[in-house]
Amino acid sequence: MSNKLKILVPLKRVIDYAIKPRINKTNTGVETKGVKFSINPFCDIALEESIRLKEKTPELVENIHAVSIGPTKAQDILRTALAKGADTSTLIDVGEETVEPLQVAKLLKKVVEDKKSNLVVLGKQAIDDDSNQTGQMLAGLLNWPQATNASKVEVKGDEVFVTREIDGGADVLKAKLPMVVTVDLRLNEPRYASLPNIMKAKKKPLEKLKLKDLGLDSIDNRLEVVKVEEPPARQAGVKVESVDQLIEKLKELKAL
Amino acid sequence: MIFKRLFSVTRSLRDSLVLIEGSKGQINPASLSTVFAAAQIGEPITALVVDPSIADGAAKVEGVTKVLKTGKTYNHYLSEQVSPLLKQLIDGKFTHFLISGSSIGKSILPRLGALLDVQPLSDITKVIDGKTFVRPIYAGNALATVKSKDNVVLASVRASAFPPAKEQEAAPIEEVTAQAESDNSAEFVSEELVTSERPELGSATRVVAGGRGLKSKETFDALIDPLAQKLNAAIGASRAAVDSGFCDNSLQVGQTGKIVAPDLYFAIGISGAIQHLAGMKDAKVIVAINKDAEAPIFNVADIGLVGDLEAIVPELTEKI
Repeated sequence: MSNKLKILVPLKRVIDYAIKPRINKTNTGVETKGVKFSINPFCDIALEESIRLKEKTPELVENIHAVSIGPTKAQDILRTALAKGADTSTLIDVGEETVEPLQVAKLLKKVVEDKKSNLVVLGKQAIDDDSNQTGQMLAGLLNWPQATNASKVEVKGDEVFVTREIDGGADVLKAKLPMVVTVDLRLNEPRYASLPNIMKAKKKPLEKLKLKDLGLDSIDNRLEVVKVEEPPARQAGVKVESVDQLIEKLKELKAL
Repeated sequence: MIFKRLFSVTRSLRDSLVLIEGSKGQINPASLSTVFAAAQIGEPITALVVDPSIADGAAKVEGVTKVLKTGKTYNHYLSEQVSPLLKQLIDGKFTHFLISGSSIGKSILPRLGALLDVQPLSDITKVIDGKTFVRPIYAGNALATVKSKDNVVLASVRASAFPPAKEQEAAPIEEVTAQAESDNSAEFVSEELVTSERPELGSATRVVAGGRGLKSKETFDALIDPLAQKLNAAIGASRAAVDSGFCDNSLQVGQTGKIVAPDLYFAIGISGAIQHLAGMKDAKVIVAINKDAEAPIFNVADIGLVGDLEAIVPELTEKI
């Protein structure tokens, strides 16, 4: 029996991180029409780490499978992932529906079982809903160990050592495979896909599933979004000309 | 009549459990804010400590009606150990569970959610009622009001959005025994904490933060440290400063670092990217010092000074 790593990398399609989102007119969410979407930056780091692991120690890694749950257009980010170095991919097409982390984790659990994954590498959070939940939930559903906010990942035999960013510094956890790792910003610098690889990626497998293919009728979301609003704007401040004026102003505002 | 009934119904619907974090007798300040948030949902509030050394302290937190302590210490708050314990305590007995949005809280809460089949709410900043909460999304560029349909509400609390709970007369302490624990756990190997004489960034009332404009670790240390010392402020940094090695990762302020809301925030040589603003725009007074008059930080700063950092900051440090 092979003990090789079968890595699963879940990827989320989100509004590009450099774009300031605008609230829609009905105050139910943010405007998505005509807005640039990309791979969630943390997911990109998770993918990069998996690819580097495979490049550095090809004998350790059998396969990198990328998966995304989202609209039909999410296949674009899977193609990008394939161009960067993922071997195979799955799109779970849920249309325009929002899927909460718990439901994402349940769907990912099915993929893990189907693909017999033994290492799941995810981003620590998606920059749209900022939940920071999915990886931990998947680990809980599978009863696997978890290591969150990884800034370094080392595989030694059947153990994985993970350096984590925690409040006040860093710690190191180790766990036996199978396990779930979520990655932090400083783990690596993701690569760009080259043109030849983008062409080659068109021939790599992209399996498309609907909810009913997974035996589900609908998504069982638990949170109702009552409204989405702009945060209160700060009042315009003043510019001062010198350090003395700055100190005077601070005293005026009772900040000193 | 109707009022009375509604009142009694809502009362019986609230029974909160709060995990209080800390070690070596010291409670994490973020947990005090978490108890404050729980008090807004309503009493009774039961506090759980998985490190018995903080049980006495937890009993004296205003709003806590009872403390549950475990017989042993759950070192390093490993989520595979703590989440099953919480499931066992909460299942059918509590209506709400709150934990701070610290790195510990963020690791434990979702795993617990999966075990209880509940969708938690991350980083709440406001309690509307027992089921409805406000939380920031898109790096704080939008505020979502969300209502939970689950039987139990699980939430992490953004500490900077709630003041710390004060002291009270000690509540009773009870020991609990736990049967549940995962046998499939990660193991702790080692840790490296940054020691600093400066106040802790997350709870400091004043923060002096430096960015790329400081150019090197040497100027960062030479300019930021003395000013922070003079103001008794915590030191913070932008991602650019951390990535360039000017200071430790754990000092990063922003969407992916610490979220702070001090009384006074100095942004020195920080341009003000949206990811950074997400971490500090709720500060009461923001001061920006930057050589670029067009830097977006000036759009949120109460007081801005355009000029050369290497001249301004030492002068400021001396005159304050």
